[in-house]
Amino acid sequence: MKNTINDIQDKIIEEFSGLDDWIDKYEYLIDLGKRLNPLALTLKTEKNSMKGCQSKVWINAELKDGRLCFFADSDALITKGLIALLLQVLNNQTPKDIVNSDLYFIEKMGLNVHLSPSRANGLMSIVKQIKWYGLKYHTREIQQY
Amino acid sequence: MIDVHKLRKDFPILEKKIHGKPLVYLDNAATTQKPKMVLDEIIEFYSSINSNIHRGVHYLSEQASIAYENARKTVKGFLNAKSDYEIVFTSGTTQAINLVANSFGSKFIEEGDEIIVSEMEHHSNIVPWQILCERTQAELKVAPFDDDGKLMMDELKGLITEKTKLIAIVYVSNALGVVNPIKEIIEMAHTQDIPVLIDGAQAVQHFPVDVQELDCDFFAFSGHKMYAETGIGVLYGKEKWLEDMPPHHSGGGMVDSVTFEKTTYADLPFKFEAGTGNYVAAVSLAKAIEYISKLSMMEITIYENDLLKYATEKLDAIDGLMIYGLAPKRCGLISFNLDNIHPYDVGMILDKLGIAIRTGTHCAEPVMEHFGINATIRASFAFYNTKEEIDKLIDGMHKARVMLCK
Repeated sequence: MKNTINDIQDKIIEEFSGLDDWIDKYEYLIDLGKRLNPLALTLKTEKNSMKGCQSKVWINAELKDGRLCFFADSDALITKGLIALLLQVLNNQTPKDIVNSDLYFIEKMGLNVHLSPSRANGLMSIVKQIKWYGLKYHTREIQQY
Repeated sequence: MIDVHKLRKDFPILEKKIHGKPLVYLDNAATTQKPKMVLDEIIEFYSSINSNIHRGVHYLSEQASIAYENARKTVKGFLNAKSDYEIVFTSGTTQAINLVANSFGSKFIEEGDEIIVSEMEHHSNIVPWQILCERTQAELKVAPFDDDGKLMMDELKGLITEKTKLIAIVYVSNALGVVNPIKEIIEMAHTQDIPVLIDGAQAVQHFPVDVQELDCDFFAFSGHKMYAETGIGVLYGKEKWLEDMPPHHSGGGMVDSVTFEKTTYADLPFKFEAGTGNYVAAVSLAKAIEYISKLSMMEITIYENDLLKYATEKLDAIDGLMIYGLAPKRCGLISFNLDNIHPYDVGMILDKLGIAIRTGTHCAEPVMEHFGINATIRASFAFYNTKEEIDKLIDGMHKARVMLCK
């Protein structure tokens, strides 16, 4: 039995709540960013890139055994850390669960400011894109039945 | 002499704490903060004078119109223009440049003509010309700068031909802080009767500008970058050009008479001010000019140059820090990167320390392309900044490096 999206979110919130100040929180994100596997150059294409004014963000997805695998990257480390968090939650979930997910961990962690469209870091677009991939594959599943 | 600690009290926002830290506002090239005198003027205007300008016979309308026209006179004095009607109020520098591109462009630019800009322009002094060139089949030519950010004057000279109809050039680069030798450029252009437009958005708040002495044909700037409200800008244009140029917008307030057979236009500058202008912001601009004049523009220049020199030395001393545009004449701002760290990451960490800087391309992507980079960190100064604040920026840079390069 795989962990549900909400199980993972709750776990992350708990981990993050143990960090006292912003320095620890940013260092946590920076560390996550550093550990996220870089995207292969062949996938850093215009097609996979998100519109963000400042940091560049790329994302790609494929369906494996009914679950979505995401590959994403950014040229800014903190943005990359935020992407790593998103992927922890949404990687290897079913398209249907991704479409229906409520990503409350972002607000609970106090990270919602990074996801507002005005932050111009492309993260808002990446959440939309992940949901779009979910919707695309979920629609295919429905059509197959 | 600038008494920075005293005058900081004039700016209420500078008292603010960001994430629990005192605000260090170093994003003045994007917009400056407003002195209480300007803020009070806005409230006072709405509280006691507000009425539409040039429309009514009633008392308030007359008072509002007088205030608006007095603001124009103040701007005229500020730029040392020959007359008030050479001062057109716009919403900002961008609109002022678009006005010239559309109006001057429709009258004077034809297929095969050439317009020259520089490689260090803000997008708002590139795109309007690109659109004009596309529409008229004219050609946009670009004068390059060298790796110090210095405009290559010989190259610029080489671009001028008998087809050149306009040179549009920035006074102070918003991405590099480099000051261009615009007087020399204007003299050079005028030997061949080519008019010159100056984008002065990063100039007027830092040093005295005299449009008659420069002899420029057009000069554009924004109010909000020089301590006034947003939504007001100025296009100075020589009367001989403005008279000849058709209106770019149409509507109320810009006409002499309207019948369905023929409409004749109002005199300068009203023919370029269709609709209700932002008259309150215009009044706030006059107040900001008054504030600056009281401090003395010369004193401001001396103080800010000292700040920039200090910031340059301190930043330059940081190992692995790269400053872009070290041309000898610079003002107001400094653009840099630290190692291979993404400016966005640095900006996020500085923000948590209460330090507001700008990161990104600064709407000058060709400048980024010149240096082969995606973005820079830009610290930009005003006369209310202090050396202590620059020290905080330096500490912040060290902290960012420790956090990001661990």
